[in-house]
Order: sequence, then structure tokens, then C-alpha cells
Amino acid sequence: MAKELWKGNEAIAEAALRAGVEAYFGYPITPQTELLEYMAREIPKYPGRVFLQAESELAAVNMVYGAACAGVRVLSSSSSPGISLMTEGLSYIAGTEVPAVLVDIMRGGPGLGNIMPSQGDYFQMTKALGHGDFHPIVLAPSTVQEAVDLTYGAFELAETYRTVVVILADGAIGQMMEPVVMPPARPVMTEQERADWALRGAKDRERRILTSLHLSAEGLERMNQGLQNKLARIQQKELRWQETMTDDADLLLVAFGTAGRVCTSVVSAARRAGLKVGLLRPISLWPFPEQRLVELAERVQQILVVEMNAGQMVLDVKAAVAGRAPVHFYGRMGGVVPLPDEISAQIDKLVSEPAGGTGFKTGSNNGYGQPKAMPAANGVRA
Amino acid sequence: MQQEIVFSGFGGQGALFAGQLLAYAGMDNDKHVTWIPSYGPEMRGGTANCTVVVADEPIGSPLVRHPSAVIALNLPSVDKYEALVKPGGLLIYNSSQVDRPIYRTDMQVIPVPANDISQEETSAVTGDSGDARLANVVMLGTLVQATGILPLEAIEAALEAHLPQRHMRWLEPNKIALRRGAALAVPEAA
Repeated sequence: MAKELWKGNEAIAEAALRAGVEAYFGYPITPQTELLEYMAREIPKYPGRVFLQAESELAAVNMVYGAACAGVRVLSSSSSPGISLMTEGLSYIAGTEVPAVLVDIMRGGPGLGNIMPSQGDYFQMTKALGHGDFHPIVLAPSTVQEAVDLTYGAFELAETYRTVVVILADGAIGQMMEPVVMPPARPVMTEQERADWALRGAKDRERRILTSLHLSAEGLERMNQGLQNKLARIQQKELRWQETMTDDADLLLVAFGTAGRVCTSVVSAARRAGLKVGLLRPISLWPFPEQRLVELAERVQQILVVEMNAGQMVLDVKAAVAGRAPVHFYGRMGGVVPLPDEISAQIDKLVSEPAGGTGFKTGSNNGYGQPKAMPAANGVRA
Repeated sequence: MQQEIVFSGFGGQGALFAGQLLAYAGMDNDKHVTWIPSYGPEMRGGTANCTVVVADEPIGSPLVRHPSAVIALNLPSVDKYEALVKPGGLLIYNSSQVDRPIYRTDMQVIPVPANDISQEETSAVTGDSGDARLANVVMLGTLVQATGILPLEAIEAALEAHLPQRHMRWLEPNKIALRRGAALAVPEAA
């Protein structure tokens, strides 16, 4: 297959079509809108598949829920504020344990924020995509090709575990163009291939029930236990990450998505300057590649987490590292993409000070520095 | 090798398309490329710009603070990017629209009367006084020739493949514009 130049949003849409997506429901929002526009234009060329622009994200996610219950391969996409509107429905989908794929092209927040690239939805996606105890699988591409590959694989992943899979990218990946080799187009699934739980009419068979409502405490606890067992299996089997020059690294960068690819430039520059810097780029943000981070933390001198937010993934890094190495943070907010030179400047400061020094190297004073920099007043608020 | 080029101009001057042509040509010549536009509020009423990175190795950051070259199609673009070009880099500006001197002396500067050239070439097609539609490709020709980033033929092939079908009668004028821009790729005497 030849390489073609694709814009991120359109490439994700095409990858979903090639993965055999049968239904798309959504609502336009910058910087994601080209994805919906591409679907609006292309889906009608595939008889039997559905595109529908709903009246709101809230309506769209409930259409996704309905399609998912019918065993249909279904996709929605939005950007940060639109995702917030969807979270009730996403919790229902998780509680009902039906598969769906969701794309979030993150923009600056909170609130309406702006339309520039951001990673401010990390907490929301990995920890709180709705009420109740669940996590979606969250996959964070750093190139357009990776966005294509992750989207193409997301539907099978969603169906295998009957879960929500989120492709978490940002405005930069949505808007940029890069060469892509598209995967081959798969046919949509046949009726024989449909899930054996799908609701497609109960004529001549036992009825099936899909619900997230379990009125007895014992019943709901049993359901939750099953859900937790499934999430534990996902944590075992679905870890994804990429490493750059970690073998001999003294300083480990940890960054995902756009910040992660920017950090590959930082690693190259540091190596040219004779600094042993490596990069761990988590691709699955949930499940988080904790164990690998523990292994690396045992042998590096310090860790610098770089994010396009006030410091979100850094909490997962600290939880995994658990004091094995000092963890520093550098972040930009509001839609600002950190550039290699400013990250390199942070590294220069870190390596020029004794390991485990004062620790607080951020552009934003947000309290996620060394433990000593944390306020000592835990729990004494009146 | 890695070069980072910013294309900047008013909306409608073709900065984004010229950047895409370079990205297509780079990709078809087995380079790694990224093309990233400004898509924020500034694209409505201000300058539209894009950054194209062309490299032999996989590209990390698609954005740079100090590009190795800038194509400035209008005065606001010169005002914004003159200070940002990497020392030793290249500024190509549209001298049909920019009549102020360039102050920096630590980079290569090439003035290109892109609108004038475009008007000559378009009027040859339309028979009227012509317009500035080819200015972007004139300046792309200067860039390609001055930097040696790719052969000019690679841009011609990209034009053949990616000029929208409805504009195909402009293919030959685009190629002429590209060559006329390339002929100007001699820096101003210091």
C-alpha cells in the first residue's frame, strides 16, 4: 500500500470505515469536526451503514448506546466539552457492558476553553468517564499513522471486552497531515458473526436482556465484581507503550500523545549534547504501563513528566514509581504545545542540580513537585 | 537532514496549499513530513500559516520555535517571522506587498515580486490584468531552489497529482510560476 498524506481527523474516520464501522453518531465541535464531516460524506457510499448528526452530544451518545446494544459496530467522536456531555451515557454503556468506540480530540479547557491542542482530559478519560466504578480502555496516539492503527484495532478490542475504547488525541493530531499507510478495508460483520448477546429481535428464541439497572445490592455487587474482574484482565493483557533510548538513560522522560512525540525531539537533542535521556511514551493510558515504569524507575536517577495540562498523568507516574526515583513535572496549559527547547531547558536544570534536589521545576506552580514541596496540612482544614 | 518551513500569508493567498505541495512532494520522495496549520482564531481575519517539516528521520515535534525557512506572503507575516527565523536560515518575502527593509543580517533574505510575476502569468491565460493566485507557487519555487530541499520536478509532480481537478487549466501556469520563482533563488548581496 502506498503512503498518502492524511489529515488526522479524516484519517481516523477512514480507519474506522475500513474497520467495518456500521454506524456513526455525533455532533460537530472544533477541532474534531472534520471527522464528522468525513463520515457524513463517505458513509452514504456504503449501503446499510448509518451516519446521523444528532441534536446534541447527549443524544448522540444514547444513539451509540442503542446501536451497541444491537451488536452494531459503532463510533462517536467529539472534543472535550462535548465529551463532558456524553458521560452519563458512557457510564450506562460501561454498566451494560456493550462495546463502543469514542474519539476525543482534546482542546483547551476547562469550560468552553479554546480550540487549541490540550491534554486536559486525561483525568476524565482514565478515571472518571462517568459515575460508578469503571474505566474505558484509553489509547493515545502520537502520530496520524498511530491514530489510524489504534482506531482500526479499537473495535475488536471493544468487542472482545465489551467495553468502551477511547482514542484520546488532541487538536494537533486532529489537524495535522502526515503520511499514512491505510489498513485494508474489512467487510461489515455478517449476521452469523453478531455477538450472541445482541438485541436484534427475539422472534423464535429466548429473550435477552441488556441493562445497567440492578436493584438489589447483592446483584449489583455481583455485576460490579464481574466488571472488575474484566478490568483486571485488561490490565494484564492490554498494556501498550513505546520506549526511546531508555537502555542507558539517567533521566527518563514520560509523556503521551503530542507531548510524547515532542519529547522524542528532546531525546535526540539531549543525546547530541551527551546527556543520557530516554523516553517512555505510554500508549495505553488506561491500563497504565505501571510495571514497566517501576522497572525503569529502579535504574534511572530522575524522571520528568511532560504534559499539556496542569499535571494529570504525573499522579499515575508517582503512584507507580512510589519513591524509587524523584518525579518532576513540566506542563503547559490552555492549548500551548510545549516545544523541545523549553523541555530541554528543564532537563538542563535538573541535571545541573544534585539528584533529588529541590525538585520543583515546573512552569506552573501546581503543587505536584517533590513530596517535601507538598503542603503539610493534610486534613486540618476547618 | 531536517528543515522546518513556515508558510504564512492572508487567508486566500495559498500559504496552506503551498505547504501541502511541499509535504506531498517530500512524502513522494521518501522523506518524513508533517504539515500542521494554524487553525485557531487567527485564521479568521489574520494570517493563515502552516509549518512543514521535511526530514530524513522520523519527526518528533511538528512545531518549531525557530524555523529554518519562512515564506512570508504579506507584511504581517514578515513582521511576525523576521525575528523567528533560525540564525543562518532563510526568509523569502513577497516584495510586491512588502516595502519595508529587512533588519536582520544573520540570515539569507530573498525578495520575490510574487504578485507581479503571478499577474503576468495569469493574464497570459485570462487575457485580463491577471491576479495574484500563483504567488504562493512562485515563492515555493524560490524556496525549493534556494534550499535544495527537493528537486523542482518533485513539486511539479505534486502539482500534477494534487491540483484540484477544477483548476487543471492552471497546471502549466503553476509550473511556469514555480520555475520563475526558482530563477530568483539568489540571495541579495549583503
